[in-house]
Amino acid sequence: MNADSPRRRALRRFFQHRLAVLGLVVVVVFILAAVLAPWVAPYDPIQTSWTRLRKPPSAAFLFGTDENGRDVFSRVLWGARASLMAGVVSVLAAMLMGVPLGLLAGLAGKWTDALISRIADAMLSVPFLILAIALAAFLGPALENAMLAIAISAAPVFVRLARGMALEARSADWFEAARALGNPPWRTALLHVLPNIVPPLLVQGTLAIAEAIIAEASLSFLGLGQQPPQPSWGSMLNSAQRFLTQAPWMAIYPGVAIFVVVLAFNVFGDGLRDALDPRSQRR
Amino acid sequence: MTPALAVTGLTVSFATDRGVFRAVDGLSFSVAPGETLAIVGESGCGKSVSSLAIMGLLEGNARVGGDLRLAGQDLLAMTPEARRKLRGADMAMIFQEPMTSLNPAFCAGNQIAEVLALHRGLSRHAAYEEAIRALDQVRIPDARRRAAQYPHQLSGGMRQRVMIAMALACRPKLLIADEPTTALDVTVQAQILELLDELKRETGTAIVLITHDLGVVADHAEQVVVMYAGRAVETAPGEAIFTHPEHPYTIGLLGAAPRLDGPRGRLASIEGTVPDPMHRPPGCGFAPRCPFAVAECTVTDPALTMLAPGHAAACLLAPLEAA
Repeated sequence: MNADSPRRRALRRFFQHRLAVLGLVVVVVFILAAVLAPWVAPYDPIQTSWTRLRKPPSAAFLFGTDENGRDVFSRVLWGARASLMAGVVSVLAAMLMGVPLGLLAGLAGKWTDALISRIADAMLSVPFLILAIALAAFLGPALENAMLAIAISAAPVFVRLARGMALEARSADWFEAARALGNPPWRTALLHVLPNIVPPLLVQGTLAIAEAIIAEASLSFLGLGQQPPQPSWGSMLNSAQRFLTQAPWMAIYPGVAIFVVVLAFNVFGDGLRDALDPRSQRR
Repeated sequence: MTPALAVTGLTVSFATDRGVFRAVDGLSFSVAPGETLAIVGESGCGKSVSSLAIMGLLEGNARVGGDLRLAGQDLLAMTPEARRKLRGADMAMIFQEPMTSLNPAFCAGNQIAEVLALHRGLSRHAAYEEAIRALDQVRIPDARRRAAQYPHQLSGGMRQRVMIAMALACRPKLLIADEPTTALDVTVQAQILELLDELKRETGTAIVLITHDLGVVADHAEQVVVMYAGRAVETAPGEAIFTHPEHPYTIGLLGAAPRLDGPRGRLASIEGTVPDPMHRPPGCGFAPRCPFAVAECTVTDPALTMLAPGHAAACLLAPLEAA
């Protein structure tokens, strides 16, 4: 008999999944880049220079320079801050809003469930990005508002997920046992049900971060997210589109950054799902 | 002495689309501290519903009537919050399915510690140490190592022991065991019942044992209530139910239980099924299936009548002369 905790077994399964580990490594590299940007970025990301406009990539400027003479490499590094922060913070906020509401809906039932579920359904019937754009436009252009808009738009998915898992838990014998031991409803929800639904929430959360990063880039591209001159991948793409033929590197590098980090989060999330769900057998 | 649990005229009904469905109809019994009362009957006779009603775990469309007293306290007069506080502290329950009744996200020790933290306000560390003592008390060898294990690492019998430790952690006055051994191997069944007996003697907890296994009753219960279609049809001391069964249904149940000393061959069964509670026949509920039924049985509904001290049956023909 192996005396591993479920957590240890999941970790072992995860590390057997090479692609997922690669995803995690890439994610960690981007996080390090974002955190260490002030120290590793070779140039100031905001300081403009008239002497080096739209220089192609070279040894001095790894990713070239933009239309204001700023180093694209430094801006991509600093832009990682906006993107990753928007991704992580907005998903955490979405979970904070969605999971308690979902648990409440699933466990309380009746009209509470009907009300919460209908609101979530209504929000899910509007495409994620459209909802986020509408909210961001309503709140005003700023990175914080973009994050809030993404969080609100992403919350219904967590409501649905938590509600579904709560309904499943409610019919479990251990749920009845928890009630028979005198647990008050809130304690049953937070202490008994929540730990059981953490794995799917973790998987959904990781995948949602990828979506949130795309959403932040889109909002910034539209001018609703990070405001210039602060760098963000989305706004870099926006200014790059006017110079696509003359200075393609201005678009390529932030674009590749978005692509790689989103792919990494997705692969990481898939690996997490395989590792956390003992029923899904790979190969 | 105040009984640990006194149930008088318990009724449980459910409002359904087809009308009101009476699952339990006028059930009465009482259990003294340190005593075991067995409730016997086939599936759907209201055993489990009665136990859930006593625990206060029925919800929504269920209506509970009658009088329930736990050590003299009127349970039905209490607020839901007050009853909730009794659960796990003064009254506890163990379930049929040990495989799924433990929360898979906690190790055994934390699961028991959690109950102690909830009801006795113990600190994490103190509660965990107490949990290990509780595991020791239910005769789990190497309790400290077992406490750190998760439910999937424990066998069925081991899990039921953990459930019992959890239920008894706060020294309840009453333990309801709803078919605690049905899902277990026969050898483990005997161990678990033996354990319940020992714990009952050690702690003075009263046990209501719900079962459909008469063999269990013989060795472990001081009192027996035989239920049929939501009613008690016979209540008797544990021995008497075997030596002088008075209700034809009880006799049928005894006939359906295999005996080592009896003749070999096909086991007897009771013809027919429990009547639809929505359309209860007039007269005795068992009459359509009863081999002794006379014309009178389909007209008059017999009441539970005392035949001997502690022995009552609801049958027009009782006491039966050597059936």
